[in-house]
Amino acid sequence: MELISLLFTFVLAAFLGFELIQKVPSQLHTPLMSGSNAISGITMVGAIIAAGVADGLFGSILGFLALVLATINVVGGYMVTDRMLGMFKKKGH
Amino acid sequence: MQEMLINLAYIVASILFIFGIKMLGSADTARKGNLVSAIGMLIAVVVTLFEKGLSYEWIVAGLIVGTAIGAIAAKRVQMTGMPELVALFNGFGGLASLLVGWAEYTKDEGHLTPFTATVVVLAILIGGITFTGSMIAYLKLSGKMGGTPTLFPGQKVFNALVVLAMLGLGGYFIATGTEWALYAVIGLSLALGILGVIPIGGGDMPVVISLLNSFSGLAASAAGFVIFNTVLVVAGCLVGASGLILTVIMCKAMNRTLANVLFGGFGAASGKGGAEVEGEMKAMSVTDAYYVLEAANRVIFVPGYGMAVAQAQHAVKELGEVLEKNGAEVSYAIHPVAGRMPGHMNVLLAEADVPYEQLTEMDDANAIMPAVDVAIVIGANDVVNPAAAEDPSSPIYGMPIINVHEARTVFALKRGQGAGFSGLVNTLFFRENTRMIYGDAKATVNALVGQFKD
Repeated sequence: MELISLLFTFVLAAFLGFELIQKVPSQLHTPLMSGSNAISGITMVGAIIAAGVADGLFGSILGFLALVLATINVVGGYMVTDRMLGMFKKKGH
Repeated sequence: MQEMLINLAYIVASILFIFGIKMLGSADTARKGNLVSAIGMLIAVVVTLFEKGLSYEWIVAGLIVGTAIGAIAAKRVQMTGMPELVALFNGFGGLASLLVGWAEYTKDEGHLTPFTATVVVLAILIGGITFTGSMIAYLKLSGKMGGTPTLFPGQKVFNALVVLAMLGLGGYFIATGTEWALYAVIGLSLALGILGVIPIGGGDMPVVISLLNSFSGLAASAAGFVIFNTVLVVAGCLVGASGLILTVIMCKAMNRTLANVLFGGFGAASGKGGAEVEGEMKAMSVTDAYYVLEAANRVIFVPGYGMAVAQAQHAVKELGEVLEKNGAEVSYAIHPVAGRMPGHMNVLLAEADVPYEQLTEMDDANAIMPAVDVAIVIGANDVVNPAAAEDPSSPIYGMPIINVHEARTVFALKRGQGAGFSGLVNTLFFRENTRMIYGDAKATVNALVGQFKD
């Protein structure tokens, strides 16, 4: 049952994702890509659990590596997107 | 109780992601949107730390190392190097999902339910392709690897066999839980990422990254199914779906289909394809160019990746200002896919403080083109190639371009006589009204500014 509700959530999220962006001005394509790339770093949450509960050294190492990589993705992704968008804001006003 | 609170926080995080993506899609709210989604991420990460039974040594170490590397990379990167950095980050996310799937397997070795085994395989497979695919994209974008497609006979058949082998072994692992089959799937998925991206030309890397970004979302979602975590499933799936839409939007801007981008071997056809070019390239000196510009009333800049390479954006802005002082009307025409990423040129010109009102989109620029005295093409190539409009045999036929050839005079600033990133000959350079100004773009532009100041 838990599995079905998770699948259900997945399907709804997919439809939502398809509807979420429609007309995006081309200058925002790069920030949007980079910003949503940071969100895909959500696998960081899985990496925390993998690094924290893995029994055995090998599992812990895998979890640790996953966490380092996912954290780079998240922290770097958000910061770089912010830098890009900060430059857009400066112009004009 | 604790678990319920964690899940409630995950719902809040998911809502913030949804608003974040939505806000990123429009200029006024984009920066706030990024912040909103970052707060969602922070909430998701912090509450996860309250999960029962975690030991923290590895977690703390991982968070510190990852944050340091990510922050330094994001702070240090030049705006011109943005596309390859995004590719790199994206690859890391994919590899992380692969490792999460693998770690789950080592935990209950051999005792996975068929469902868990299936999602482990999916997380590994998609994560692996995302990782190596993004690395190849990174190498091509940063110039560490040539931009031309790598093609070999029977490539498509070979790749299809790799896919079949991977799926077959994945199925075998799911059915039997055999360890070596899982490792084979890891190896084949990594190989497939490489094989899938090497036949795609450098000019198409933005589309590839966007698609791989969508993949990394799906990989995260699959990892979410592995550990039964809602926020992973939702956020991953949102990125997967919205990333796919963004990819299609990008393809449309080039007037091509996604299949054509992925399997077309675009740009491999240098030399063949395209009609014979008539005429010759005519060079012009900076001084002569100055006299033409001095008399011009309407000047339009068309930047491309060459401007990024030469770091010429600040010099270009200065030239724009000098021209305005001289009484000319100045604007910048930006092709949707100019540079190595859509909007790449907008970012660079914004960095140089070019006023927003002077940036024009392709259609608006084309409308005024016949009235333009001088169009200055700075390191742009395919996006101003008239063959796209006129020559049905050209591989880029049908791609919308900026019609600089309709301007009275065209200055093409170029380092040498070679073909562009895509490997195609640009017929613009052979036109009657085109003058080539060879040399480093930044040096040329600075020299022009100097002429005005003297």
